[in-house]
Amino acid sequence: MYVAVKGGERAIENAHRLLANARRGDQSVSEVTLDQISEQLGLAVDRVMSEGSLYDRELAALAIKQARGDLIEAIFLVRAFRATLPRFGASEPVDTGAMRVQRRVSATFKDIPGGQILGPTFDYTHRLLDPSLGQGFVPEVPATAEASTAPTPRVTDILGRDGLIESSPRAEDGASVGDLTREPLNFPADRDLRLQNLARGDEGFLLAMGYSTQRGYGRNHPFVGEIRFGEVEVEFFAEDVGFAVPLGSIELTECQMVNQFKGSATEAPCFTRGYGLAFGQSERKTMSMALVDRALRARELGEDAVAPAQDEEFVMSHSDNVQATGFVEHLKLPHYVDFQSELGLLRKLRKEFAEANAPDAMKEAAE
Amino acid sequence: MTQHNNQQVQRKAAMAVLAHAEAGEIAARLRALALPAHQELRAPENGLVMLRGRVGGDGAPFNLGEATVSRAAVRLASGEVGFGYTLGRDGEKARLIALCDALAQSSDFGEAVERDVIAPLREQLMIQRKQAAAETAATKVDFYTMVRGEG
Repeated sequence: MYVAVKGGERAIENAHRLLANARRGDQSVSEVTLDQISEQLGLAVDRVMSEGSLYDRELAALAIKQARGDLIEAIFLVRAFRATLPRFGASEPVDTGAMRVQRRVSATFKDIPGGQILGPTFDYTHRLLDPSLGQGFVPEVPATAEASTAPTPRVTDILGRDGLIESSPRAEDGASVGDLTREPLNFPADRDLRLQNLARGDEGFLLAMGYSTQRGYGRNHPFVGEIRFGEVEVEFFAEDVGFAVPLGSIELTECQMVNQFKGSATEAPCFTRGYGLAFGQSERKTMSMALVDRALRARELGEDAVAPAQDEEFVMSHSDNVQATGFVEHLKLPHYVDFQSELGLLRKLRKEFAEANAPDAMKEAAE
Repeated sequence: MTQHNNQQVQRKAAMAVLAHAEAGEIAARLRALALPAHQELRAPENGLVMLRGRVGGDGAPFNLGEATVSRAAVRLASGEVGFGYTLGRDGEKARLIALCDALAQSSDFGEAVERDVIAPLREQLMIQRKQAAAETAATKVDFYTMVRGEG
């Protein structure tokens, strides 16, 4: 049991003043602006938006600045902020097939309609530190080429036409969409709740879980059917307006994982799939999410659920870094009362132990 | 198509452009118009919209995460009611979108707002998108079509 303590107000106030100074650092160095964070540390902003579960670049940049670059702390700040605003409703589901694609690659098919587009990627870089970035770097103007107007259908939709891959599950008529920010989590959880949980889950945790499936703990033979990153339009059905109103665009990354096939006496064999979707350019996150999404479908697909990544209670209960850090970090808050009672018990046990093991002579003397 | 539906399509198309513009750009364009009397029907308000995706991109919907959204409503003295919704927390932008939406429904101002506000902003948006598409296109993988050195 945690028993609160009182006192220490002045020390706490002074500690926060000191924190504000430590955050600012050497004041002869210019202060970073939110625009600079948003523009130049864009992938950190993307991660804070994804795991903070709130699409707002400016707020995510502010959170990163306030948290001194501690991304989990920033995610915590964003989660706390979202609780202060009313919810107007839910958007129409976004159409990733209509994405204005900035990057789109497939590891399974080299010739896909619309082509493979590398976009802004770390892939194929040599991972050598570049000293020129330390001295006022001005990049070359981007190359341009004539853009094709051909559509870029999802690769899984193309495979689906021939029945080579399972189709996506349809919503049952009148089914509501689960929301774990509104209802407590219950197990077994449906795929909508699992995907919501994974979408806001910690990238490091999901990466490790996904990696564990590749190393044999719930192997599911994955191929990247497609990764795409770009802008999608968001629409919201507003009651007062009477139609679905455009809200603007958001950046998303989508990963379609194509996995080992299944079949039965009554069903022709086909590939199975795992799905990843996240705010911003979050490739590692969506790939890991897709691996774990597929692993969590073990029971549904009649596989033995023996590995950690296949255990939905284990994965979903430990994926949230705000919950996790709250519980781990609370250990450093004063536990004096708790600890005193433990200490009292331990002293008593040690006394009993000493008495029980005392040499007979001493026992006799004592008697 | 009925006239009502037609107007709805136009309003939606205008909103799609305005949602991508900055508040300052919309305000600057609106200065070209002699604005009629109008009032705030709903003061700008910030809130959240839960963004949804679909399983596998085309399946059942699921909740991906929320976004900040600002909204407002404006009524012209002549009675037209306009609505403004936009991602982000810029209440002034929501109000300006609502004003444009009200003007778009007015027989006196519909044409002018399309010509002086929406059309130029749409053109600017298309130029930006075309530039981004051209930069993206330059990264399209071409190496499969190269002739192999055969010895």
